[in-house]
Amino acid sequence: VRRSTLRAAIAVVTAGLTLTACGGSSGGSSSGGSGANAATATSAKALGGMDALVKAAKAEGALNVIALPPDWANYGTMLDTFSKKYGIKINSALPDGSSSDELAAVTSQKGQDRAPDVLDVGTSFALQAAAQKLTAPYKVATWGDIPDNQKDPKANWYNDYGGFISIGCNTSKVQVCPTSFKEMLDPQYAKQVALNGNPTKAAAAFSGVWAASLANKGSLDDIGKGIDYFVSVKKAGNFNPVEVTPATVQSGETPISIDWDYVNAGLVSTLQKAGVTWKVNVPTDGVFGSFYNQAISKFAPHPAAARLWEEFLYSDEGQNIWLKGLSRPVRLEAMKKAGTADAEALKALPEVSGSVEFPTQDQQTKAQKVVADRWNAEMSG
Amino acid sequence: VPFFAYLAVFLLLPVVVVAVEAFRATDPTTFQTSWSTASIVAVTKGPYRRAYLGSLELSVITAVLGAVLGLALAVAISRTRRNLLLRRLVLTAAGVLANFGGLPLAFAFLATIGNAGILTAFLTDTLGIGLGGFSLFSLTGLSVVYLYFLIPLMVLTITPALEALRPQWREAADNLGATGWQYWRYVGGPVLAPPVIGATMLLFASAFAAYATAYALVGSSIPLVTLQISDALSSNVVVGSESLGKALALGMMVLIGVVMAFYAWIQRRTQRWLS
Repeated sequence: VRRSTLRAAIAVVTAGLTLTACGGSSGGSSSGGSGANAATATSAKALGGMDALVKAAKAEGALNVIALPPDWANYGTMLDTFSKKYGIKINSALPDGSSSDELAAVTSQKGQDRAPDVLDVGTSFALQAAAQKLTAPYKVATWGDIPDNQKDPKANWYNDYGGFISIGCNTSKVQVCPTSFKEMLDPQYAKQVALNGNPTKAAAAFSGVWAASLANKGSLDDIGKGIDYFVSVKKAGNFNPVEVTPATVQSGETPISIDWDYVNAGLVSTLQKAGVTWKVNVPTDGVFGSFYNQAISKFAPHPAAARLWEEFLYSDEGQNIWLKGLSRPVRLEAMKKAGTADAEALKALPEVSGSVEFPTQDQQTKAQKVVADRWNAEMSG
Repeated sequence: VPFFAYLAVFLLLPVVVVAVEAFRATDPTTFQTSWSTASIVAVTKGPYRRAYLGSLELSVITAVLGAVLGLALAVAISRTRRNLLLRRLVLTAAGVLANFGGLPLAFAFLATIGNAGILTAFLTDTLGIGLGGFSLFSLTGLSVVYLYFLIPLMVLTITPALEALRPQWREAADNLGATGWQYWRYVGGPVLAPPVIGATMLLFASAFAAYATAYALVGSSIPLVTLQISDALSSNVVVGSESLGKALALGMMVLIGVVMAFYAWIQRRTQRWLS
């Protein structure tokens, strides 16, 4: 801890010096010299305001991110825009990693320069990280816009972007795209229905099972009906076990893919260039949504850049980048009211009918256990 | 000493870490870790037990088939003394194909005989016969894919042993009036047995540990240990399943250990019998 304090202090001082050398106003040096510590700052204000944060972050010059695939929810644009806007280099590790990989990296790379600064994890893992004291609490300037049930009151983690389970469909292979789970049992979809990943591992697949449960008289307390559903899809000969990638979609190997709407929607433009029309429907009978969370590592080697990254993600600009990637930013309601949401992107979002509920942590834990116990046992062989 | 130090750091240490971590458990609500045998007990039951059996079944089938076919191919090319070009071509191809695995291999098969593969389309649309019930995503299909890299591996590992069979032995046997069968039964067979068994074990271990190809092709629809380890270790869904993954890995190491011990025993026996 002491070393990072020292480094942050040096960073702040250097920032102050650079500014003076450039002949800027003297206002910067007073805030820079206050000895504020980025590693423990819980808001930009505590560091002396946004300008001071930007300066400290620029002095650090780099941000380590982990498990952020560029084709996922518009992360590519997000990272590029941030990097260009602030002149901060981004070191992206393990782009296809999982939430548990992220937490493992925080623990195992503690104290190293390449340790992750910021995390993007599912809610269960955010809770785990907070309980194991791996995160540094921080409130972004727009904290008040995040609904109370979508953030940790102690600010260890906060929902950022989310979406709904959707059915992606290749119109050159499929005559009529299915719009509900029930339709996917139809023999015309033989060997076509793929789930993106194994639900014991991939959150999208897990949520797909939950959505299927809701479509089949299940509830947030009962994910089992979703497993029953996929067993019947398999019995009907419609289940396709191939791991979905843009390549398998393009080759027509996975004509129907159940995945997050923003992931499916993100494929549309890439596939269009390859001559494949990819249609995205949110199933009418099973609407299930979930959000991913942001958090700052307590052991971030670039504490100021990490905090600036969060500020950027939750700014109107950052939130609109999510929206353009067709995921739903957490500040969407507030931005709609303020009229700052990108209207065109808003129109392009797949339509969702009916009310949406999010599972509680208890329901989540119970559902995980059910899937872990039953999925591999019933779907394999 | 440097060799042992190397061994300790890169082999022994990970084994010990895995073995220890397999006995840790993370509580799903409080996230506290504690000592527990829950993971070890869990992996011997239900879906995990089936995953072990599935992996064993696949590995045994592909290892035996791969060994038989690979041996036949190796014998055939080592006999062709005249056509050295062919021999070199086969060996080079085997060298390349034995290392052709993972995602590229899976995708190559998908593009050929997957649901939307070229061959599938040709057989179904042009000839109208289809694949005759063959599915790439079944145990049979996965075996065919595995054989694609296991047969070349067998050819590569067994060719040196075949070359060690001196032509003089065959000539001597012929001079003494031995038939071809008698030669293989009493001379060639016993000399070749240890390397053939060893190579089969190698194939078995290779198939047992293969991961990426199966992951891309069959996901969770065929129970395999390696896939379940990956699910447990890098889960986005189930919190605290790392120890389960490590327990599964420990089980794999134990199984491979048993196989190695069996191999050592066979080899000792054959050698004693040879001398």
